[in-house]
Amino acid sequence: MAGRHGRNKLVFTALAWVLALLVFFPLLWTLLTSFKTEGEAVAIPPKFLFFDWTLENYAEVWERTDYLRHLRNSIIISLGSTLIGLAVAIPAAWAMAFSPTRSTRTVLLWMLSTRMLPAVGVLVPVYLLFKQAGLLDSRSGLVLILMLTNLPIMVWMLYTYFREIPREILEAARMDGATPLRELAYVLAPMALPGIASTLLLNVILAWNESFWTLNLTAASTGPLTAFIASFSAPEGLFYARLSAASMLAIAPIVVLGWLSQKQLVRGLTFGAVK
Amino acid sequence: MAGIALRNVSKAFGMQHVIPCIDLDIGDGELVVFVGPSGCGKSTLLRLIAGLEDATSGQVLIDGRDVTQLAPAQRGLSMVFQSYALYPHMSVRDNIAFPLRMMGMERATVERKVADAARVLNLQDYLDRKPRELSGGQRQRVAIGRAIVREPVAFLFDEPLSNLDAALRVSMRMEIARLHQQFGTTMIYVTHDQTEAMTLADRIVVLNHGRVEQVGTPLQLYRHPASRFVAGFIGSPRMNLIEGPEAARHGAATVGIRPENLVLSDHSGRWQGRVSLAEHLGSDTYVHVDVEGVGALTARAAGDFDVRHGGRVWLTPDEASLHRFDGEGRCVTASEVDHVR
Repeated sequence: MAGRHGRNKLVFTALAWVLALLVFFPLLWTLLTSFKTEGEAVAIPPKFLFFDWTLENYAEVWERTDYLRHLRNSIIISLGSTLIGLAVAIPAAWAMAFSPTRSTRTVLLWMLSTRMLPAVGVLVPVYLLFKQAGLLDSRSGLVLILMLTNLPIMVWMLYTYFREIPREILEAARMDGATPLRELAYVLAPMALPGIASTLLLNVILAWNESFWTLNLTAASTGPLTAFIASFSAPEGLFYARLSAASMLAIAPIVVLGWLSQKQLVRGLTFGAVK
Repeated sequence: MAGIALRNVSKAFGMQHVIPCIDLDIGDGELVVFVGPSGCGKSTLLRLIAGLEDATSGQVLIDGRDVTQLAPAQRGLSMVFQSYALYPHMSVRDNIAFPLRMMGMERATVERKVADAARVLNLQDYLDRKPRELSGGQRQRVAIGRAIVREPVAFLFDEPLSNLDAALRVSMRMEIARLHQQFGTTMIYVTHDQTEAMTLADRIVVLNHGRVEQVGTPLQLYRHPASRFVAGFIGSPRMNLIEGPEAARHGAATVGIRPENLVLSDHSGRWQGRVSLAEHLGSDTYVHVDVEGVGALTARAAGDFDVRHGGRVWLTPDEASLHRFDGEGRCVTASEVDHVR
């Protein structure tokens, strides 16, 4: 019995490693390519570890572009859209979770269905609206559009967390004299903090990686890191090593953030799965 | 302290009328227990009084003041929930202090009141613990502490002991009775456990399908149940309810007889039957007997009655203690039966 159990564990562990490596491999390959020369980057057969390691791609990327400006834009856009989104989503999810009406479920499904619409379908109207409002190539415009596109996910996630909070606790707060705002601030928010934190993290990552709107609604000055990477696949053709270095610089902050907060993320994403 | 009155209060959830119409007066300082089976509307009624549910129609009066439209906190009531409903991220101290802080009370006063409540409930050593570090009984005491500090005009208890084990339930029950004696505040207590109702209540309100079946002191309800439902619900073991020819012989659709009003004998009596189960409790013996033509009956004998499963016994009902019910389950007296005859 114990033998079979041990063998199963070994097989599952090996499978998990293989899957993890498969998922991680493109990232590893990009990292390795970023340290190669352009020649070695396209060499056949490909060189895995044994090549002349160089930092010249990073130096070139750093010199040719304004990395820090793009980084600053990415931080402002992803954090800004997420924080404003949370300010809207928390009360919305709270109302839906604790004062549901007959149409709450329908509203939630409708909100989620807007995420299923291909973004390109509304590109022209959104572009024209942005042009009219003077929001093209502005950080505030991107904050707005990313907040709106991620809002359904935020409301859904928070709704799921809030539903796990016993209704009686909020009723106790109401009996104790808490106003709706105090109930939210002193009771609900602290209890849902893990859920709110993981919603924040996930949506920062989503906004950080978003490339459709960030590429289509920005030009030079307000482009975030996605626009920064895209600028390396420009007219002169593809330079894999340089592009890889740019990619690594673009994803580094979010990889570090994800790494540091992985416990919180996993906890948040599996919240409510088991009691 | 205050009296509470319900005037034509009804509650419907959509098309479902949970409480059709209730009129009730609860006296100042009284401990009233709402009792009834699951789904009878007792918790909904309590929540209507608390303001956690809006009444579909009617008025809730506290101390003569109409509070129907007021928010829960403005009614001056405190409530203790079945699940304790403690704030898990706060210490015991902060849990108890929460309602006072919401009132904007000064810090020194809050601390004094929390200390007083902790002393009354023997919680001094746990003030800095989180609810998860407490036992079920301690958690319930914290919930009671949180209710006490507000100095409410009345306490509402919604099945507060249901999550506790049997031994703890008895001791907490005594503690609640002690608190009632100590503070003298009006209390409304909801339970499905008739033993809790009998031991705690000044008056019991028996509810069935959202209607008041009977209101009275525990002994009034025990001795003079107004309906077959109350007769079957109040008392443990349950009253024996007999239908058919035996009931017809007494001019009723159903006759009821409490287990202690059936005289057990091992040699003679009105009904002969076979013992299906004998429960020897030391102080009493509960004997469950199958009687042909009458049904399954339970008799209680004081002390130890020597009988085993399968044994033959005789039962004789005390005629004066028979309860008669008509076809609609209403109690009819022997004289009413004679009058009809």
